[in-house]
Amino acid sequence: MTSEQIKQSLNDAFKPELLEIIDNSAAHAGHAGAKSGGGHYHVTIIAEAFEGKSLVQRHQLIYKALGDMMKQQIHALGINALSPSEETKGSL
Amino acid sequence: MTVIARIKDQIENNSVVLYMKGTPDFPQCGFSGQSVQILNACQAKFMYVNIFEDAELREALKEYSNWPTYPQLYINGELVGGCDIIIDLYKKGELLTMLTAVGVVEA
Repeated sequence: MTSEQIKQSLNDAFKPELLEIIDNSAAHAGHAGAKSGGGHYHVTIIAEAFEGKSLVQRHQLIYKALGDMMKQQIHALGINALSPSEETKGSL
Repeated sequence: MTVIARIKDQIENNSVVLYMKGTPDFPQCGFSGQSVQILNACQAKFMYVNIFEDAELREALKEYSNWPTYPQLYINGELVGGCDIIIDLYKKGELLTMLTAVGVVEA
């Protein structure tokens, strides 16, 4: 189950305060990008590692943690990556 | 020219480049399509590269940018991000500021 693998990889890499993964694959079944079997997921993650990082840098950290999964199992990944201080400001 | 030299040539000689699946008129992925819509909403002039027409570049750019998915938007040679970053920056008004700063939108 890919969403379990995503969860484990991100837990290992970031020790997040909050981690939610939504599997949207069913909503995209049949479109061209989904034919290769890659799923659509959305991740909400709150971790110290994102403090002071730009959006691009946050996404790059997550892509790095997921490694080869991005090549096959994951076709698209929506990301909400916040640091704990941003979370308390309610920017979700 | 190597593929990396071609990428550098594209992103350094064009203020805004969108690497996408399909073309602005016929995007072949919803995320590429949304990205085009946002650039159009900003009335930005941009260059696009259809990565389906260049398999070598498609793989090489992912390694070059440490970014595994398409679309990828570059402004002034820097990776801005993929579709959800583009949407986020657009909603905050920052994307229009960035595009205006490089002269692809009339202020």
